[in-house]
Amino acid sequence: MAEFSLPKNSRVTPGKTIEAAAGAKRARKIRVYRYDPDTNANPRLDTYEIDLDKCGPMVLDAIIYIKNALDSTLAFRRSCREGICGSCAMNIDGTNTLACTKATESIKGDVKIYPLPHLPVHKDLVPDLRHFYAQYASIKPWLQSDSPPPPDRERLQSKEDREKLDGLYECILCACCSTSCPSYWWNSDRYLGPAALLQAYRWLIDSRDEATGERLDELEDPFRLYRCHTIMNCARTCPKGLNPAQAIAEVKKMMVQRTL
Amino acid sequence: MSPVKPLSPHLQIYRPQLTSVLSITHRITGIALSIGTCVLLYWLLSVAAGPEQYAKAQTVLRCWLVRVALIGWTWAFFYHLCNGIRHLFWDAGYGFALGTAYKSGYAVLVASVIFTGLIWACVVSQQGAPL
Repeated sequence: MAEFSLPKNSRVTPGKTIEAAAGAKRARKIRVYRYDPDTNANPRLDTYEIDLDKCGPMVLDAIIYIKNALDSTLAFRRSCREGICGSCAMNIDGTNTLACTKATESIKGDVKIYPLPHLPVHKDLVPDLRHFYAQYASIKPWLQSDSPPPPDRERLQSKEDREKLDGLYECILCACCSTSCPSYWWNSDRYLGPAALLQAYRWLIDSRDEATGERLDELEDPFRLYRCHTIMNCARTCPKGLNPAQAIAEVKKMMVQRTL
Repeated sequence: MSPVKPLSPHLQIYRPQLTSVLSITHRITGIALSIGTCVLLYWLLSVAAGPEQYAKAQTVLRCWLVRVALIGWTWAFFYHLCNGIRHLFWDAGYGFALGTAYKSGYAVLVASVIFTGLIWACVVSQQGAPL
């Protein structure tokens, strides 16, 4: 059952303010969700007023600056800083995106940063993604084929078959889409969510995969697939410009087509 | 023992999107239509119960509060209808591109308001001001 309000221990309280923008031409307030697992305190929203001339252009640059110069206790994930690893996915200015590809200047007013929505929080901006990864594993994201590959070369695909994977293979599993989906918020225990379903479709239409029937059997369930109600938050928020809602619709179509 | 991990904020902080607002509106109008059906049922029962009861029902239904609700109900009907057609296109696999989904969303809003206006313009032309 959908729980619209936050549990008592999760309500965000006001936090501290650190001003570090004296004499700055481009001062900006960065408001960051903080949670310290070593205390029993509720999460809080800390404010750092920083000089944008002292850090790089992206939101990730701003929080790296905060961690290096103002508050070393701030925890967040980051790696590639070029939008291909998916580590720095977080909720910035009300939508989920990658901190490394979101320009601070593109945000009006204070920059509000929260962890990805509706997940258990380990610390600050680091949410627990184990369930998300387990759901990904459950769709068996690998090639399943009974026929052996040709002895002298790899399994080939026609250009047309390969093109069917465009718009799907680019997914970096950053979890922005799944954690933007209200349906996933209320039913993530049983609904697979946009990311896992987009990946499921990626294997369903792979011309080399021979487990299409079994894959569809696994998805044919009121919750796993059919909790998608075309809310479209997933497509709106995807930092790679992909469209999980469309992929899910294609899976639903395959379900119908195989009964005809 | 470490404390129970907090749940990160969701509805509280996620910026409403046109598509998500239209989606929840589809549900709300669906509920409003079910409740409105009870009013329709009341009217039909009054018809069956004879002229006296019917006259009484007419007085109740002509009260301005009910009229406002009826205008709202008419809009809910057309919104649900138009957005339902939008959903049919989605079910057939069309209209998922973000730009298309936004255009069809605005189209549903505009169409529902126009149809509601047309219906009530007919009512007004036949029996004078609705309120």
